[in-house]
Amino acid sequence: MPTVWSNRNVTLNIVLLPILPLLAAIFPPLAIRSGRTLCAVAAAVPTVAALLILAAAAPAVYRGEIVQATYEWLPQFGLSYSIFLDGLGFFFAAMILGIGLLIIIYSRFYLSQDDPMGRFYAYLLLFQGAMVGVVVSDNILLMVVFWELTSLSSFLLIGYWRALPEGRQGARMALVVTGGGGLLLLAGLLLLGQIAGSYELTEILQRGDVIKASPLYLPMLLLVLGGAFTKSAQFPFHFWLPHAMAAPTPVSAYLHSATMVKAGVFLMARLWPALAGTEAWFLIVSMTGLITMLVGAWIALFKDDLKAILAYSTVSHLGLMTMLLGLGTPMAAVVAVFHILNHATFKAALFMSAGIVDHEAGTRDIRRLGGLLHLMPISATLALVAAGSMAGLPLLNGFLSKEMMLEEIVHTPYAGNPWIMPILATVGALLSVAYSARLAIKTYLGPVRADYPHHPHDPPVGLWLPVAVLVVPVIAIGLLPALIAGPVVERTALAVVGGQALPSYYLALWHGFTPALMMSAVAFIGGAALLMAFKPLDRLRLATPRLEAKRVFDRVLDGATGGAKALVAALHTESLPRYFATIVVAITVVGTAGFMTGSHAAGTRAHLPVNGPALVIWATLLATSLAVMVLHPNRLLTLILTSLVGLGVSIAFIQFSAPDLALTQISVEVVMTILLLLALNLLPRTTPRETGWIRRMWDGVIASVAGFGLAGLAYAVMTRDFQPISEYHLAQSKPGGGGTNVVNVILVDFRGFDTFGEIIVLCIAALAIYALLDSSLKGAAARRLASMRQGEEAADAHPLMLVVVTRVLLPLAMTVGAFIFLRGHNQPGGGFIAGLVVAIALLMQAMASGYIWTAERLRLNAHTMLGLGVLLAGLTGLGSLLFGRPFLTSTFGYVHLPVIGEFELASAMAFDTGVFFAVVGTVLLSLAQIARVEARAERKPVPQGPSDIRLVGSARAVSQPTIAHSKES
Amino acid sequence: MEVLIASAIGVLSAAGIYLILRQRSFPVIIGMTFLSYAVNVFLFAMGRLTVDRPPIISSGAAAYADPLPQALVLTAIVISFGMTALIVVLALRGYLETGSDRVDEGIPKLPEPAEERLTS
Repeated sequence: MPTVWSNRNVTLNIVLLPILPLLAAIFPPLAIRSGRTLCAVAAAVPTVAALLILAAAAPAVYRGEIVQATYEWLPQFGLSYSIFLDGLGFFFAAMILGIGLLIIIYSRFYLSQDDPMGRFYAYLLLFQGAMVGVVVSDNILLMVVFWELTSLSSFLLIGYWRALPEGRQGARMALVVTGGGGLLLLAGLLLLGQIAGSYELTEILQRGDVIKASPLYLPMLLLVLGGAFTKSAQFPFHFWLPHAMAAPTPVSAYLHSATMVKAGVFLMARLWPALAGTEAWFLIVSMTGLITMLVGAWIALFKDDLKAILAYSTVSHLGLMTMLLGLGTPMAAVVAVFHILNHATFKAALFMSAGIVDHEAGTRDIRRLGGLLHLMPISATLALVAAGSMAGLPLLNGFLSKEMMLEEIVHTPYAGNPWIMPILATVGALLSVAYSARLAIKTYLGPVRADYPHHPHDPPVGLWLPVAVLVVPVIAIGLLPALIAGPVVERTALAVVGGQALPSYYLALWHGFTPALMMSAVAFIGGAALLMAFKPLDRLRLATPRLEAKRVFDRVLDGATGGAKALVAALHTESLPRYFATIVVAITVVGTAGFMTGSHAAGTRAHLPVNGPALVIWATLLATSLAVMVLHPNRLLTLILTSLVGLGVSIAFIQFSAPDLALTQISVEVVMTILLLLALNLLPRTTPRETGWIRRMWDGVIASVAGFGLAGLAYAVMTRDFQPISEYHLAQSKPGGGGTNVVNVILVDFRGFDTFGEIIVLCIAALAIYALLDSSLKGAAARRLASMRQGEEAADAHPLMLVVVTRVLLPLAMTVGAFIFLRGHNQPGGGFIAGLVVAIALLMQAMASGYIWTAERLRLNAHTMLGLGVLLAGLTGLGSLLFGRPFLTSTFGYVHLPVIGEFELASAMAFDTGVFFAVVGTVLLSLAQIARVEARAERKPVPQGPSDIRLVGSARAVSQPTIAHSKES
Repeated sequence: MEVLIASAIGVLSAAGIYLILRQRSFPVIIGMTFLSYAVNVFLFAMGRLTVDRPPIISSGAAAYADPLPQALVLTAIVISFGMTALIVVLALRGYLETGSDRVDEGIPKLPEPAEERLTS
């Protein structure tokens, strides 16, 4: 149940924020059949709905409340579906959904006719839901789930154009880097949860002091930052973002500038109260951010692809935000929030403009562009304004946050040196001016050219309107920052810094002649100078060796793959004995360790007295087992000895009050022996001795130790008293289940569902056997079968006496089967045993008279029996539903019949019949199938019936039955 | 009696494990049969040993053997039959297919498909 902190409706609704887009993702692929516009509408509607939900929560959030809702998910792991909305979450959610809506409109016009639009919007909604989930999660484990979902949906979106190799490769690289980072994050957040004693953010954020004082703080910090840095493309993980630009431009605008790449920044802001403010945080985060800012800006300066420039510029700006958060002061946090807002507006606008240029001019290469201002005045103007903001021109929002950033930096010494940070930040700003100017000049300014691939003109309004919507705040915030962005920045920054009060600041255009203004001026002049000297600089850059991050990434990936392959090759030797030995040794070691740490008092239960027959059986079992270990190369002998052991085990069951088990064991034993005999007919008759005595000794030691352990364990349990859990079954067997044989009642009634599952498993096994052998009648297996020579011992295929005896016995055996089946509910017996007995009776016929002969006479073939069995058992179970009772509820009643007297009818009996048929079917199907394969191996013609006594002169008389049979069939 | 059962379980499982550690399919199958015997008796013994008290309700009986392990083992016996049958057929098919009944060496490997490399 949700904990209500605020208005109940709002609370309930915010739960839907992440779920709504995720679930709605199925609609666009359906709606595409009704046209592209409807498809876009299908994507826009859930986005708008989510925005409305968010708007409904806005008053509460801006009153400073925290809207919260919690549902238990896996409480034992600390995982709950808990959502909360505060200033920061609200800010990000609004940004994700708002820009998402613009992107949806833009994509409708951007995607071409051939692109599968339904799939695109489905992926986009998946991403949107996941991203909103990241920013509103209260539970940090839930956040990781959404975090990884954003990586996955980003993978799908980058690889949207499946035919493009860059798309596939970029998608894979992004997934490896961000998905891998997600794993680091998971580890880090688990540690964080352990340290803080809670997985709920609202709790964790209160315990910053405990967390920062913990000895695990540094490893946890590094892991969490690993997640944040990979996601937000911080140096040295910045390389994936430019490769992700193979995605369609709307995706680049949405995921890779405005939202997903900000997830890392968001995480650092979210955990700011818990993690920030330490020396380690400052040194690592601010320097990583600063380096990323410089590296990104430097590379952006020399790129010719519009999207590549914007991608590296995004890397640079993400570095700027990271650096600000890394400073650890509340004021820097305010600036970071302000810049996140500003960057989202101008960068998404620029990406969409790049898409327009690509769409209209047919190229994104700035060397082939220029003069577009004259050809597409509307979109070019919009793009120029956004580029100006990116450069930090006054009157635009980018200027304000850059000024505030520089102002903060001036007061920040790094490792005792007051000059490092200001200088580097100024250089960053300078580079930013240079690449922004280069982008603007090369694309939009200058003379109109005659050699564009397409003829560019302004696009339809659907493409430029979303850009315009974003450019409006670029100017509005730039002119009236306090009025437009003031409340948002304040509320969001308050959420970032947690309990602390914000320092007094005011967002304004003019702060007087501050050091920051001087640095800005330097940046503008320097940027212009840099652009003048672009050509020689570019030559210089090309002449110097560069370390390409992607090549390093490839090499690391190759190394990892090679290492994994080597490891697999070393471990995966494909030797079953070795695997099994490893398992047994491991279990033995664990068991021994457990034994050593326990107490070793002897059991108190009284021993049963040993009697003579038991001793004999025991000695036989032991002798047989040992004999098998030595004599196993002789396979036929082994088989006989094995059945001897089975016999001994069933006698043991009789001895210890388990008649049902004894009956089952002995009938299974018969079937199993026949099965193995059949198989042995096709397998080699002996096992060659291939191992030396050392290996055999070693195996013997493993086996003995494990056997000794099992024996000890069994002894320890058997000599201790216990409280059985079966009292209920014993008490309820007669009144509840209507039978006195408790074992059978458990099977068909109390645990009927287990039995139902079991007969299905049996049927699957039988069908698998059928399939395995059926297909062996073709190909290499069939050729090997054909080349096998039948042994001479089978000369007498159908001995007359056997045929006669089995046919006489059949009715008798069937009667025994029926008897065992019918008494099963009250006396030892039941469907399993009866099934085995009947199967054996039928197998006897098959052995004596041939499988074909038998199969021809069976009314029900084995497949039918399998199906019948499962169906009967299932229908019996379903029958109870008709009476409003749970599946497999059994019922019973007493019927009075003349002559026979009163007897019981239980629904469990129908269920048991199902079991019966399933067992008969399984046995017959497996054995008949082996026999069928064997028939292929027999080269001599086999007489169909009992026709083996071929006396000279009276052959005619003897062969008559054969003729008769063939007529019959 | 407990000692006899415990030692029988030990010897049966030792024989089973030893046979499973062999290099050919047939001894492995027999070994699994032995191990099944051992495990079934072991499970059965978890209900402790009782003589002459089958779990069949009658007015004269004072106590009964624990029926739950018995029901469990009954299904285990049948399932292990199904499993053994499947393993036997697997071994048979493998032998027919490759001409070898060894279980300690893999099948010949197919060449791996060429990987798509990151290029740009």
